[in-house]
Amino acid sequence: MTDFMQLLLSGVAMGAIYAMAALGFTLLWQAAGTINFAQGEFVMLPAFAMLIGMSMGLPLWASFIVAVALSILVLGAAFKKWIVDPMRGSGVVSVVVATLGLSIGLKSFVKAGYSAEPHPFPSIFGDEVFKLAGVTISYSDVGALVFAGLMVVGLQMFLNKTITGRAMQAVAQNTFSAEALGINVKRMIFYTFAINAILVSVTALLITPTYLAKFDMGDNIGLKAFFAAIIGGFNNSRGALLGGILVGVLENLAGAYLTPAYKDGVALVLFLAVILVKPDGLLGTPQERKV
Amino acid sequence: MKKTTLLSTQHLALLTLALLAMCFAPALLKTYGLYLLTLWLVYVIAAMGLNLTVGYAGLKSLCHAGFMGVGAYTVAIMMKAGISFWIASPMAIVICFALGLVIGFPALRVQLHYLGFATLGFNLLLVLFFRNEEWLTGGTFGIQNIKRPDFFGVSLESNTSFYFLVLAITVIFGVLLALLLRSPWGRAFAALRDNPIRAESTGVNITAYTLMSFAIGAAYAGIAGALFAPLVNFIEPAPFGISNSLLFLMMVVIGGSGRFYGPVLGAAIALLLPEYLRFLKDWYLAVFGFTAVAMMIWLPGGLLSMKEAWQLSQAKRAAGQKQIAEVAAAATAKGATA
Repeated sequence: MTDFMQLLLSGVAMGAIYAMAALGFTLLWQAAGTINFAQGEFVMLPAFAMLIGMSMGLPLWASFIVAVALSILVLGAAFKKWIVDPMRGSGVVSVVVATLGLSIGLKSFVKAGYSAEPHPFPSIFGDEVFKLAGVTISYSDVGALVFAGLMVVGLQMFLNKTITGRAMQAVAQNTFSAEALGINVKRMIFYTFAINAILVSVTALLITPTYLAKFDMGDNIGLKAFFAAIIGGFNNSRGALLGGILVGVLENLAGAYLTPAYKDGVALVLFLAVILVKPDGLLGTPQERKV
Repeated sequence: MKKTTLLSTQHLALLTLALLAMCFAPALLKTYGLYLLTLWLVYVIAAMGLNLTVGYAGLKSLCHAGFMGVGAYTVAIMMKAGISFWIASPMAIVICFALGLVIGFPALRVQLHYLGFATLGFNLLLVLFFRNEEWLTGGTFGIQNIKRPDFFGVSLESNTSFYFLVLAITVIFGVLLALLLRSPWGRAFAALRDNPIRAESTGVNITAYTLMSFAIGAAYAGIAGALFAPLVNFIEPAPFGISNSLLFLMMVVIGGSGRFYGPVLGAAIALLLPEYLRFLKDWYLAVFGFTAVAMMIWLPGGLLSMKEAWQLSQAKRAAGQKQIAEVAAAATAKGATA
């Protein structure tokens, strides 16, 4: 039973981290119609930025702040300006291929330019553990859960309670009416990209101690984020949290009780099961198709 | 009335010339060159199948290397069990086709985008299977010493004879694809890509056709895999991973998706170019990836669309100049009257 509790807790923590990458992914899709296949690499890059920062002698928290700033600049502004904006109107397949190309390019760039080896990465919450009713709990799991939970809830509040957040939602729902109402659509879309950049940086901070900093760490993270997003409901922000936690918990349990070899396949099976029964995801609402 | 022929005379002449060149190529190439040429043909078969799925039916499939792996392992395992290549390779096609149906059905019921994720995840699962089921696939050590087949008692063990087998199969499957695209099925696939809802309202059963285009694409990957295993003699999980699936999609799109010869060019670029760019070493893939991004921005139709893109920009420029001239003329006229 204690084993089970431990697996459950670390699964929830890992799932909350997946949820953040998933959330950024759905936000981009809603606001700009961009399916970002490089989302996993967007997590990998800040991890390496922090690694470089620390190797230059900065403490982890300072390198994290630098990484967030760089992310907003590169993964937010530059990505939007030089890749997403010029491709407006050239169809989903082109965007998909471009982000796939970006994913290959970024991975190989880091592999060739920095290192092909996995690098250990410190947890910002330390390595200590404590015992609660016989269950061994690590501070980094609890910290990740709290941090990720705060991020998701805070983002939800921002989107629902502030004027800017509501304007962003309006843009996601209907760009034309939003523009007609005097909302600065371009700025709102930029905010979405900036929020995604912050989300991937936090994801990198929390996930890299487990995944290790490696050029291809994004493959798995990106895929889990997609699946979490769709399982929860592609057009619902809370869905990403639910989907992420489901994926995190189930793969932890399957890895321990069924077979560790197929742990990474759990998300796919869950995804296929969910879309067979509920095509719009667990919390999603049906979308109309446009001719 | 003009008689409609299958191919224009010019097209036929060029095709004959290309085939002749392919027949004489082995005489001019050393072992490694011939190996690369054969590998290119194998990739062309696989990419042709993906082009049907992506280019003609408009579906994103990211599991092509995985399907190729299924084909390769099927042939390797069956031939190790003493079953003839000529029974094993059709089996590879059938298994890949069936897998395509199984994986495509749930994803396609919902949304076309979902197929991309479902296939990507499925490819991951296939690699895990190849790696973990050692009793069947040999795990990370793979399967070694895969023999090349006989053809009615004639051994195809030599590089040149095996090359001709692959060439023949490439031509056969190319012709089959061309015929398929000219049939009502091919037109239904195109209708599907251009506007699924309109296609549905004119009576095309979109689920059935999308599923078919995906499964046929998978079957092409299956035969490519079936030829890949005896070509390299040794298979392991690595070449069938997600990154090669992405590479296949790149081949199709960079060559020109939805164009018959797109994959032929795309496969050449993805396979032969790295040989010439050896000096770039690890940087090659980075350059490749970023080039793909740039191409999607400036030339989304692929290399074979260059002519149209150029004509379009010329037409635009001409139209722009005409407009400027008209405005200028109007201004001068106005100035003259004033």
